[in-house]
Amino acid sequence: MRFKDVIYPFTTWKHILNEPRTIKHPEDREGSDRYRGFHTNDIQKCIGCGSCEEICQNEAIDLVEVDGIETTHGDSGLRPKVDYGRCCWCALCVDVCTTNSLGMSNRFRWAVEGENELGEHGSPEDYRFVIGAQNKYWDNVKEGYKKPDSYDLTPSTAVEMDHLSPSERSASFVEMMKGYTRQQAQKEADRCVECGICIATCPAHMGIPAYIKAVREDDLEEGLRVVYDSNPLPEVCGRVCTHKCETVCAIGHKGDPVSIRWLKRYIADHVPAEKYAEILGTKQIEKNGKKVAVIGSGPAGLSAAHFLSTMGYAVTVLEALPNAGGMMRYGIPEYRLPYDALDKDINYIQSLGVEFKTNCRVGTDVTILDLKRDFDAVFAATGLPLGRSTRLENADHKKVFQSIDLLREITLGNEIIVPEKIVVIGGGNVAMDITRSLARMQKQKFGVVNVTATCLEPEGQMPADDEEVIEAREEGAVITPGYGPQSIEIKDADTLLGLRVARCVRIFDEEGRFNPSFNTTDTRYYEADMIVESIGQSSDMSYLKSDLNIAFGPRGQMVMDADGQVNGEPWLFVGGDMVKGPDVITGIATGHFAAMGIDRYLNSDDRD
Amino acid sequence: MLFDDGKMQKHKTGQIVNSTTAEPDLGSHKYSKLWQGPNHPGITGNMSLELTLQGDEIKKMRTHVGYLHRGFEKLMERRRFINNFPLVCRIAVPEPDFNEYCYAAALEELAGIEVPEYAHWMRTLILEMARLQSYLMWLGGQAGAFGMGMVGQWTLYARDRVLDLFEELSGARIYHIFILPGGVRNTLPDGFEQRVNETLRVIEDTLKDVDRVLFNNAVFKKRAVGLAHIDPKWVDEYGITGPNARASGVPRDVRVDNPYAAYPHLDFEPVVEFDGDVYTRARLRWRDMLLSVDLIRQIFARMPKGGEFKAQLPNMLHWTIPKGETYKKAECTRGEYGYYIVTDGSKFPRRVNVRGPSYTHAVTLAEMMLENCNLADVAGTMVSLHTYPPEVER
Repeated sequence: MRFKDVIYPFTTWKHILNEPRTIKHPEDREGSDRYRGFHTNDIQKCIGCGSCEEICQNEAIDLVEVDGIETTHGDSGLRPKVDYGRCCWCALCVDVCTTNSLGMSNRFRWAVEGENELGEHGSPEDYRFVIGAQNKYWDNVKEGYKKPDSYDLTPSTAVEMDHLSPSERSASFVEMMKGYTRQQAQKEADRCVECGICIATCPAHMGIPAYIKAVREDDLEEGLRVVYDSNPLPEVCGRVCTHKCETVCAIGHKGDPVSIRWLKRYIADHVPAEKYAEILGTKQIEKNGKKVAVIGSGPAGLSAAHFLSTMGYAVTVLEALPNAGGMMRYGIPEYRLPYDALDKDINYIQSLGVEFKTNCRVGTDVTILDLKRDFDAVFAATGLPLGRSTRLENADHKKVFQSIDLLREITLGNEIIVPEKIVVIGGGNVAMDITRSLARMQKQKFGVVNVTATCLEPEGQMPADDEEVIEAREEGAVITPGYGPQSIEIKDADTLLGLRVARCVRIFDEEGRFNPSFNTTDTRYYEADMIVESIGQSSDMSYLKSDLNIAFGPRGQMVMDADGQVNGEPWLFVGGDMVKGPDVITGIATGHFAAMGIDRYLNSDDRD
Repeated sequence: MLFDDGKMQKHKTGQIVNSTTAEPDLGSHKYSKLWQGPNHPGITGNMSLELTLQGDEIKKMRTHVGYLHRGFEKLMERRRFINNFPLVCRIAVPEPDFNEYCYAAALEELAGIEVPEYAHWMRTLILEMARLQSYLMWLGGQAGAFGMGMVGQWTLYARDRVLDLFEELSGARIYHIFILPGGVRNTLPDGFEQRVNETLRVIEDTLKDVDRVLFNNAVFKKRAVGLAHIDPKWVDEYGITGPNARASGVPRDVRVDNPYAAYPHLDFEPVVEFDGDVYTRARLRWRDMLLSVDLIRQIFARMPKGGEFKAQLPNMLHWTIPKGETYKKAECTRGEYGYYIVTDGSKFPRRVNVRGPSYTHAVTLAEMMLENCNLADVAGTMVSLHTYPPEVER
């Protein structure tokens, strides 16, 4: 024992005059800028994807309906409700939020005073509330935990698909996109948060998260079953679908949307055709003795044929052209949708017992009344086979073509005299299809590309998919958006001179009608040996109008119910581009709905 | 029972004996039973000591755990890997970061993830800050167990300063959930180094004060010197690690023996003392705190000024880890902290076993050491082993 051991402890007293270190009013102390306090949510930015609910290990978050928030495409209409009796403040919900709408404030002090409306003191319900929608004092507090930049619990960047380079593809109709490998597909499928926002937006309401899960878990047979529940054309849709699902994908709010379309293609590409029947359980289908005719073998017709035949109906598909497929074969170029892929889908449908009568045009080779007599029900889906004209003077010149006619001729293998200078009018996907097809043919013939496409819509607002425009430019085509055709100039009945266009300043008038106006001082002139109009298509329903008692609306549209059952002729159902769309997946959906409607109709007691 | 100097007290720790053969006969009326805990401050958590006394001398001690009803290890088998982070940080409440590190490091090894260099340095910084705040709380408890409450007031203030830093860094004071697979959750806030240095100076000042009033204190010396001696030969027999081993002359320190994170880039030797009693263990931890202060300064001097703080990982909602097993360990304030994890290729761990030092120190070692000890020294001895019952019962 040392003497200083007795003295030293008294040094405690040196602090006697120090200021107290205790915070006198801790209730006033604010949390740090990153503090994980009460949640905040921008409910206008939130889409109700439910990722926060999914990751919460305490089940503290539920998605609930909120006044003033409507369910729309890309928004479930639900918002997170948190239970502070369960929350552990880990902020994983904030980290996983796909829209970055969820955060945490730096406020942490809150107690309910007095009685609530139920006369209770401190009911558990007081501590459950919809974040950002119940006027809490921290709702607009800026400080607090937010997901840091460059930190993600879910990857934001899509897996790129291998594809042909512009030089490899510019003179070739070989398919451009090569498809995902197994590793690529699983990596891409891993990005899905399984929110299901896409299901509501997909016209066919495909079980997208379920088949993506199947890809992730390498169970392609299950994936195929999920796909075929609602879509019998996965090879087609896996390549050319307008992928509305991807435009609403929750992950798309913070990065690239999940490549849903490519994942569907991966499933279809990697399951051998000969295993389809076994996997899908269609080796033996019990027939119910009823017959249904399907007019048109496009997406809607094939879809209806598929679902009807799996229900046991004897289905006959009538197709005016030499092969089944409709616009998928005669409209979409081979470099986007190879015939082999299309045939894989069609062959499976044919294997179900569907009879295809090609080169059989209803209205010419057979009438609709014949079909009414010979079949229990008829589904008509003849699409939009007629091109729309600009109706400019000289638009009927022999060197002015409709894109849809040219695309059909290319598929049929008929010779097209490709000139050196071509102008395409239009900015949609069909316009890009003919632009890129003709560019390829020019490249093959002349070694150079000289195709110009022009459309009313300005850059960035073109109806065509962005990648279509980008790829067309990569292949040498010139795209000049924002200009509208003014005059087609000709030399004589055999020779075109060119197209004059003017800057489009407005497409729709104040009442929202199509009524473009132009700045005629800002014009361009394109020399052309061929002009292709690609500004839209129309249906040909003459075979229906002549013999039937069908009600048409004020704009000539057919009056029908949700399944496509036509008013006045209950045995007749319609679908596809002629009534809705136009796109493949909408056609598939209307075909599916019509098949279910036909089944209900043919099994109903009040049937004629 | 009074003793004049420390050397004579060594016999209080008793010998390694088979206690089952020396069961006191309660019917003889020579013994009494006393339960210390589960809510006794000397236990530092919910755990109970069943003491069999003869007078004020302990003839037998048995530990009882199970008051917390947690089952975290089992719970982890039913949660996604990422969802276990809010659990692991709660296994040893004062030391969340070592749990987070070991769990993350084990997952990274099993999943083959490479952690960016910057994240390694961040992790090392966090672990040393965590060491400081845990030691500071312990130091207050050790002094309090011998009746010196003032030290606790000082050290808890210093600890709160460290917790302020954690709050600024991670958004939470205790359960940081800042070390995640692939790295850490964020970068350092602006001006963080300066505020850390200010806190380090506060800690150094506090430690100087503690040196005078605790380590040069006749009362503390009288009671702690020679008390609860750990013989170096017990280190292997009882699985003793960390400061409890180092205070008996055995230089066990995972940071040096199996360097991890950025420790290989730091210059330091493990602190070693030789007397192995309560006083020496306290002194060693006091020196360890100064070492942590030095290491934090080294870290700031040597770490990169920026960079990737987290590796790119798959979607945490579906994350599966290939079949495998591993054991990752780190040096916490109480010794070797380790996670043994078995994965089966699914998105949940098949088995998680947490190797916390408290189990060996608070149960087997304490039961042996406290026999023949004085009742008044039980709290001080238990605290000197630096154990946390929540970690025993995980």
